[in-house]
Amino acid sequence: MGVSISIPVLDQRQAQIHVTGEGPVRMACEKQSLAGSVSQRACVFCGSRVVLYPIADALHVVHGPIGCAAYTWDIRGSMSSGPQLHRMSFSTDLREQDVIHGGEKKLERALVELIEEYSPKAAFVYSTCIVGLIGDDVEAICRKVSARTGIDVIPVHSEGFAGSKKDGYSAACRAISRLIGTGDVTDIPKLSINILGEFNIGGEAWVIRDYYQRMGVQVVSTMTGDGRVDDIRRAHGASLNVVQCSGSMKELAKLMKEQHGVPFVHVSYFGIEDMSKALYDVADHFHDAGLMRNAREIVAKEVAAIMPELRRYRAALQGKKAAVYTGGAFKAFSLVRSLRTLGMKTVIAGSQTGNPQDYQRLADLCDPGTILLDDTNPLELAKFIQQTGADLLIGGVKERPIAYKLGLAFCDHNHERKVCLAGFSGMVNFAREVYSSTCSPVWKFVPRKREVAS
Amino acid sequence: MSTRTLPVKQNFAAARNACKLCTPLGACLALSGIDGAIPLLHGSQGCSTYIRRFLISHFREPMDIASSNFGERAAIFGGSENLQAALGNVAKGYSPSMIGVCTTCLSETIGDDVPMILREFTGKAQSHPILTHASTPSYRGTHFDGFVSAIRSVVDSLAQGGQRDAGLVNVIPGMVSPADVRHLKEIVRDFGLRCVLLPDYAQRLDGPSWSEYHKLPAGGTTLDEIRSMGSAAATLELSSVTDPAHSAGGLLESRHGVPRNALDLSIGIGASDELLESLSRLSGRSVPAEYQEERGRLVDSYVDAHKYVFDKRAVIYGEEDLVIALARFCCEIGVRPVLCASGGHSGKLAVEIARVAPECGTRVMEDVDFEEICDAARDAAPDLLIGSSKGLKLSRDLQLPLVRVGFPIHDRIGASRVQTLGYRGTQQLFDRIVNTLLERMQDMNEVGYSYI
Repeated sequence: MGVSISIPVLDQRQAQIHVTGEGPVRMACEKQSLAGSVSQRACVFCGSRVVLYPIADALHVVHGPIGCAAYTWDIRGSMSSGPQLHRMSFSTDLREQDVIHGGEKKLERALVELIEEYSPKAAFVYSTCIVGLIGDDVEAICRKVSARTGIDVIPVHSEGFAGSKKDGYSAACRAISRLIGTGDVTDIPKLSINILGEFNIGGEAWVIRDYYQRMGVQVVSTMTGDGRVDDIRRAHGASLNVVQCSGSMKELAKLMKEQHGVPFVHVSYFGIEDMSKALYDVADHFHDAGLMRNAREIVAKEVAAIMPELRRYRAALQGKKAAVYTGGAFKAFSLVRSLRTLGMKTVIAGSQTGNPQDYQRLADLCDPGTILLDDTNPLELAKFIQQTGADLLIGGVKERPIAYKLGLAFCDHNHERKVCLAGFSGMVNFAREVYSSTCSPVWKFVPRKREVAS
Repeated sequence: MSTRTLPVKQNFAAARNACKLCTPLGACLALSGIDGAIPLLHGSQGCSTYIRRFLISHFREPMDIASSNFGERAAIFGGSENLQAALGNVAKGYSPSMIGVCTTCLSETIGDDVPMILREFTGKAQSHPILTHASTPSYRGTHFDGFVSAIRSVVDSLAQGGQRDAGLVNVIPGMVSPADVRHLKEIVRDFGLRCVLLPDYAQRLDGPSWSEYHKLPAGGTTLDEIRSMGSAAATLELSSVTDPAHSAGGLLESRHGVPRNALDLSIGIGASDELLESLSRLSGRSVPAEYQEERGRLVDSYVDAHKYVFDKRAVIYGEEDLVIALARFCCEIGVRPVLCASGGHSGKLAVEIARVAPECGTRVMEDVDFEEICDAARDAAPDLLIGSSKGLKLSRDLQLPLVRVGFPIHDRIGASRVQTLGYRGTQQLFDRIVNTLLERMQDMNEVGYSYI
């Protein structure tokens, strides 16, 4: 079927591609990207920056040459209801002389000055690639500045080359864990949770928080969307951690279980099914009939409110084909389900960081013939989009030109978007996003070959 | 009044909202203007991914940048194995005619000998694309320096000497928009000259939709054109600050005897006149009538609008060459460039601003970040800002209109189509500046006159 594609797949990449229904899922995932493959992944630093960035009253200082800070300056849709310090980009901007003589003094001075100027509640210091190589003792500088300024100055071991984005998540979780357990928890009720792995893109954390509070559960902290240092300090007082996303904050949940005995559940807030389950699972955990009743009421009310509009979009989108490429695999699960709600079929599903269990689950969820991709690249995405005749690509800014050049619709589901896509109201926004791109009249002008058999 | 360089309020050790990007970004952009070339960053995966994302946000076109993808092992034992694997895979995947290898802070700090690694690779490979190497550690210079280095590295590898070709002109315009690249080529051709413009990303970074995916988008300066640069009649290098010792134009002059003409970026009538005069001299032809007419219309519009812009105060920021050219243009129309700032640090900005904007009392700041610019701008009582999208916070803090020019423009559509060069580009920029001020006047006025 389809147009002839002259894009080769590199031999070493074959084991990271699977077609569902064609034998057992043996995805060679969780490994370093193939050199020269133009992976869509970033680095350890990126993983750490993603997790910590939304903590709005902390100082975030990137220790290294200018690039790493410049490329992460105010690029995310993570909103804050108060301080906006996270939207500033601070860097030690290391120069050649600093590389030769070491950057410790510059880092120390930078921290002291910035803490004095901006009065943050805590500071995170991100190490970039060359920091370890030039021998800077960032831990020691952080201790020294902490003693001098009286705030927690926390090193984040995020040297770009030292693993993958997932290792960056871990480094960030370890950094956050230094704060947890340092606040007063006496007034926290039993029916209380922390929301983990939710970054308040387009105000998503506010939507989720509102549902839980309406259920009767107190939210002690959100990590890290609209995050505050003092909330994080008392997070260990919550009875349950509700963890979104397969990778970014699972490690913190595990650490909190070990260190503070806080259990955790995994959830997703994307799509009607997963959002509802996220509320029911919390009610279940507390074995509280009132909570469950409230959860059911919320779900019934919210779903009823969005269904008329969803039905309209579904009528227009029925039978269209989607390609999904996400950072974490959990989001891909939710998207496959959400697309089904809209009458759409997923023909390609992939992630940057999925593990073998994730891909098995994805395979079970998708129809036979779906192409699963681990750590893919622009050429493979383009090849399979053409091969499958997809009508829509869901991804981030890096994937967007692949869709647009080929003349298919695109939905941004990454951290740079400004639209709330979580929760029930977010499901309508998602449907509207998909509809407004897929059903735009502009596609009639593009030259894309559509010879794919339906 | 003279030009002043004053200390900023407080000299922070940290950069706060940098007014620059890192060296490899500029190198990747430059390499994207070469036909069949793909950039390969020798460093962590993040460098290429971050830079791709940043460039895509501006150009809205595919931007594939390969990475040697350092791991811990490579950081300890050297990145040779990774780089060679990457070269092999990029050659297989993309079938490029050229791979432009650029270093990063990581590979430079561990001291990888890239030329040696490339020799080792070419020695083993049966056939391989042309390989070039630019040294672009992010701790040295800015994205603009990386841009200049990459162009020089390509010319260094490819350009050949030969019989002087009187009809051939090299144009090295710097970081200008695809629309400006297109217009520059048109101008040169209208003088009956042939033109090698490097880097020519006009098509690759502002191209049409496709029926099928292109592994590398079509377009760009061809390798043969770059080879021919050593025999051109002259090189026009549109840069006021680049040291010829580091530029492609300088190299073509010292190695192949191609005279280098350094010009300001051709924004405004004066700078455009200079470009056309140079081309007139090289071609032996007078300025084509069409351009004289374009110039006439531009002058006419200057007259029509002069009262709306006279004595307005502008803050200008961005790459040094752009800032200099914009300051020159502002003076031409009666706008005072009260603050000229750049994250670049060639050491030449103050002198160049004094040359193009004498008697303006301009405050010049080089090697500064946006927070320093913001502090200085408060004191400068400006009416408008001219620069990239990165001035949005400044614009909001100071409640001032921002005319978006340069790189990056990633909060508006059409960055590739922003024109500033030649009479035509100047006309567009002039109209935008005037209309921004008029719109401001309407917004600030309770009556909101509908007829001005």
